[in-house]
Amino acid sequence: MSIYSTRSNRLTGLLYLAPALAFVAAFTAWPLGQMLWVSLNSWSLITPPKFIGLNNFTKAFNDKQFWVSLGFTLKYTLLITPILMIGGYAIALLTVKNTPLRRFTRAVVFVPVVIGLGASSLLWYWLFSTDYGFVNRLLLDFGLIDKAVIWLGVDADRSNWAIIVSVVWKVLGFGMILFVAAIQAIPPEVSEAAMVDGASPWQRLTQVTLPLTLRTVLLVTLISVIGSLLAFDQFYIMTAGQPQNLTATSVFYVYLNSFPYLKLGYGAALSLILAVIILVFTIIQMLLTRRSHA
Amino acid sequence: MSADLAQSIDETAAGNGVLGRLWRSRTKYLVGAACLFICVIMLAPLVASVLASVKSTAEAAAVPPTYVPQSWSLDSYLKLWVYQAGLPVYLLNSFGTAFMAIAFSLLLTVPAGYALARFPIPGKELLFVFLLLALIIPYQALLTPIFLMFAQLKLTNSLVGLAIIHTAIQLPFSLYIMRNAFEAVPIELEEAAVIDGCNSFQVLVRICLPSVVPAMITVALFAFITSWNEFLGALVMMNRQDSFTLPLILAAARTETSLGGTDWGMLQAGVTISIIPCVGIYLMLQKYYVSGLLAGAVK
Repeated sequence: MSIYSTRSNRLTGLLYLAPALAFVAAFTAWPLGQMLWVSLNSWSLITPPKFIGLNNFTKAFNDKQFWVSLGFTLKYTLLITPILMIGGYAIALLTVKNTPLRRFTRAVVFVPVVIGLGASSLLWYWLFSTDYGFVNRLLLDFGLIDKAVIWLGVDADRSNWAIIVSVVWKVLGFGMILFVAAIQAIPPEVSEAAMVDGASPWQRLTQVTLPLTLRTVLLVTLISVIGSLLAFDQFYIMTAGQPQNLTATSVFYVYLNSFPYLKLGYGAALSLILAVIILVFTIIQMLLTRRSHA
Repeated sequence: MSADLAQSIDETAAGNGVLGRLWRSRTKYLVGAACLFICVIMLAPLVASVLASVKSTAEAAAVPPTYVPQSWSLDSYLKLWVYQAGLPVYLLNSFGTAFMAIAFSLLLTVPAGYALARFPIPGKELLFVFLLLALIIPYQALLTPIFLMFAQLKLTNSLVGLAIIHTAIQLPFSLYIMRNAFEAVPIELEEAAVIDGCNSFQVLVRICLPSVVPAMITVALFAFITSWNEFLGALVMMNRQDSFTLPLILAAARTETSLGGTDWGMLQAGVTISIIPCVGIYLMLQKYYVSGLLAGAVK
């Protein structure tokens, strides 16, 4: 570092850093402060903001739809996360060796990860449509149902499952690719030793592979939980929150309050509550990654 | 490990007799079948969408839907071409935003990565944490205040405004990738350049930049994919239809026409078009994509 450690270089360095610092100050830090302040006000954009202290937060506490949205979001998260983890890990185990077919399968499973959630939701909105979609056509052809099922927007649970299917298709490859990398990073001597000791495949999985990739599993679980708690696109596109806002997720409810309803203060307060919930998971995630560097 | 050892271990695990051999060959076929099954399931929706987009209008609206097109036509694409403000406008909005997001990301994080990797800046650790602020607060939560700010700055309905949001979403990742890339550049090269009389800017441009090109590709790739696919920010910021990005106009086509019957063929033509750049770039830059993902996930 000798050539850079002069006094004038301290300033030069700061100069190179300045644009990024200014950007974060303007477009992340300032809005964050703004959000804290707006959440303490009643503001509909037309009338000037009025300071109301913590009233927005007590209002949220007594708002039935807020709890419905939070509950629905948690339910969605609790249902989809195990499917993503177990499914992703199973496909990773299946394709972890580097043979052409397995590589190809990995590449195929990963393709939906790169396409947009908006595009994939529009695709599945059609596949799940009652009369025009392939899901009902296939189920009817195989004799699994007698008449077309209305998947989206009428029954909250059925809508939820349809959306879970679409999102699993879309993001399964994300966990898979990280699991494959983690399993491949296990030193070959370790798995060889287990094999020489005559461990069955199941024992090797539960006593060698899983424990040695546990940190990756936890990490992907957290990333997936955070992503699910922030779900919006798929619900906006596939159910629009119907029926009766029963499938409106937390971010959806924040969006509804802030924008169509223009209750900016209340929207900011809801955002803040959501951000705090997410923060808990983010902190755990950061602690985990910090340990992985040690 | 040697192939022999692997072979013998495989045999130990499954037994050496006829049964063992049978088991091994059966496993091989089972794995192959499972792989093919998974590929079919994963590809089927994409194939279905592309096929639906080339059906004739009447066939795309058939009940029940046909598996394989009986008629071929580009009508759906032609209809999408002139839908509302026209497909070219929406493509231009999406590409314009994405390219600005790439430019902003690189302009901010190349110098910043250089500074963080090399310069003795006072309070560097703290500044780095500040730059990663977006990691602890989901952007979805910040959209209300950002909208208020952009309304005053006349940045709503503006591609620049949307590109700023997309840059902010990706900034922690971009910065992390760039800083690591600069740290990996051998410092001896830079020392030689300084002795030859280069100033730090010349060192950055002539010595470091060529070495960090892969990192710049990774940053650009992720900025593009994020921007091209992002939905909620665009939904909040863009309320004039001629400033819509591709995902927005497609979502609008879905709700609007659901009253008078959705044009399924046109919708899937739109889905196909919005998927093509992402999949194309992924296939071309797979290496960067996967390495970026691995680096980003454990940041």
